[in-house]
Amino acid sequence: MVRPIEVAPPSDDKRWRIVNATMRRYGYKPQALIETLHAVQESFGFLDDESLSFVARRLNVPMSKAYGVATFYHFFSLKPPAKHNCVVCLGTACYIKGSDQMVKALSEAHDIEEGEITPDGEFALLSAHCVGACGLAPVAVVDGEIVSGLTPENIVKIVGERVSDGS
Amino acid sequence: MDREEFEQIGQKRREADAAVEYHINVCTSSGCVASGSAAVKESLEAEVKARDLKHKCRVNGVGCLGLCGSGPILSIQPEDALYQKVKPQDSAEIVDHLGQGPVERIELKQDNAFFQQQQRVVLANAGKLDPEDIESAMAHGAYRALYKVTTEEMYPTDVVREITQSGLRGRGGAGYPTGLKWATVAKMDEGLKYIVCNGDEGDPGAFMDRSIMESDPHRILEGMAIAAYAVGASEGYIYIRAEYGLGIQRLKKAIRQAEKMGCLGKNIFDSPFSFSVQLRLGAGAFVCGEETALIASIEGQRGNPRPRPPYPAMSGLWGHSTLINNVETFANIAPIILNGSEWFSSMGTEKSAGTKVFALSGKVNRVGLIEVPMGISLREIIEEIGGGIPDGHAFKAVQTGGPSGGCIPEEHLDTPVDYESLRALGSIMGSGGMVVMDDTSSMVSVARYFMEFCMDESCGKCIPCRVGTAQMYELLTRFVNKEATEADLTLLEELCEMVSQTSLCGLGQSAPNPVMSTLRYFREEYLERITPAHEPA
Repeated sequence: MVRPIEVAPPSDDKRWRIVNATMRRYGYKPQALIETLHAVQESFGFLDDESLSFVARRLNVPMSKAYGVATFYHFFSLKPPAKHNCVVCLGTACYIKGSDQMVKALSEAHDIEEGEITPDGEFALLSAHCVGACGLAPVAVVDGEIVSGLTPENIVKIVGERVSDGS
Repeated sequence: MDREEFEQIGQKRREADAAVEYHINVCTSSGCVASGSAAVKESLEAEVKARDLKHKCRVNGVGCLGLCGSGPILSIQPEDALYQKVKPQDSAEIVDHLGQGPVERIELKQDNAFFQQQQRVVLANAGKLDPEDIESAMAHGAYRALYKVTTEEMYPTDVVREITQSGLRGRGGAGYPTGLKWATVAKMDEGLKYIVCNGDEGDPGAFMDRSIMESDPHRILEGMAIAAYAVGASEGYIYIRAEYGLGIQRLKKAIRQAEKMGCLGKNIFDSPFSFSVQLRLGAGAFVCGEETALIASIEGQRGNPRPRPPYPAMSGLWGHSTLINNVETFANIAPIILNGSEWFSSMGTEKSAGTKVFALSGKVNRVGLIEVPMGISLREIIEEIGGGIPDGHAFKAVQTGGPSGGCIPEEHLDTPVDYESLRALGSIMGSGGMVVMDDTSSMVSVARYFMEFCMDESCGKCIPCRVGTAQMYELLTRFVNKEATEADLTLLEELCEMVSQTSLCGLGQSAPNPVMSTLRYFREEYLERITPAHEPA
């Protein structure tokens, strides 16, 4: 059995304890990579080079592999999240009910393309292949909350209210 | 644990439930939560508390009641009345009417095909039990089948035989006979074996597995444990999409409660059989629904599929024999063990036994989760259960099987829903997504939509899929923009054939299906978009 390599976390931020606890639960085995990246993203919002390098060294996997896994899966983000985000569902049921119009309306209202963040870091326009709420189509997930009964007008309004309230 | 002790747990709970006169069961599955069911539940609880009716009436959180499009939904027991689109301010009226007939304003009538024509096996307890409480599940019979196999003269070979004779086939889409899969794993040399439950429901337009995991998580755990007993495995994994937060939370809770109760873990029901289950979160890769990719992902790697054989039954997780079944497949196991294989095979058709859960959505009046016997016609599902097409539009096509399936037109609506018939039409059963399209949908756009999906989700390992899907997407874009030529159509058809024949895994092999099926049934829509080639001057 390989002795786990002692690697200090990048900072004394308390959130690293959660990450460390996840790795410990899996005995610092390389197979814990995805679970650990989930823990990092949940704690810090995204994966940066520093955290990837820390996790890779601690689990004894090459940095290239950690990076490969982080970029393979859509769920992981290498960029800091925006303050607010709207994930428009583009699943089949939503698509049939015109969800591409929501993307277009939001894209025009905020002058960014789908997948981008506004320059001030306030708002990100994202899309998902299906959020599994087909019964309510068309839907979007605004700051983690499913919003249904959408039209291009009301989604712009809903998002606008969130972004402008400054919270 | 002897039989009496085991039965006591459920019995006690049933008696406690019966002592309360009225039960208000509020749906707390994702669909209704998104429509605001949490606030409704809170307000009802406050109402009951304020009137001091606690001894007479209880508010419960339950799983999916089916008609997601009309949420939040709740049911009143024992009257069996359903309410739809309930708002928190309706609480007082609902409590007022207990025992005096339903509040007509928000009543959801059950005298239509949506409620009459379903046959619930997998979803039998969804909407009845509290998914966060194992005692509630046991009051509805959970773990009875596991108790039967582990403590009462049912040898592993008997279990495999029962499942084989039932005719159950994989509900993940391909329809491989479940009994045969189990028998293969059971036959492998003794040693470490794994059970994997595939809950990576990635098809756009599908939410059956999500609903089962959220509504009756113990049913899945029980199915996995019975499988483990039958094939000689001691460890199991549930691979679930990270996006399914509520499902994850409920499964975690269910595993903890089942371990505490002795239904999972070491020496289950004091028998020599041990089985433990862990969750593994997916991270948003559609290809991980493919079994070899899923295994790679559980091992902490990129979800790249590998060639088969060896099949996971021979060499799966970390090289050990592994049984992989879909959520719905596992959810069918307990009822088969309890009621027998003959009961199961009496439902459905000769080659496709049992029932199937479908997520009915798109341009149809009643959207939601339905469970129907195999062999029912598409027309019955769409026109009767689904209540037809809204806003006076005409039916155009129904899409089954997601990005691996196809679009079925009006003239084939009388086809029975079974694995072979759908395949003959150029679609597949798939995991159960069923999206209805009306005359406003362009079939070329739909084909391009699915191709874009496959292009994004291609893992990039094999060239036919990685490059082929991108090329087909480009060609389809030309059709959408009405810039295509005759040559483009020929090339598109050649590519469809090539990609489906030469791709490594199911994702690539089935990626051309939406294009091929729309070319087959809606060819004129492609032809309309061809610009005649300019004659050379």
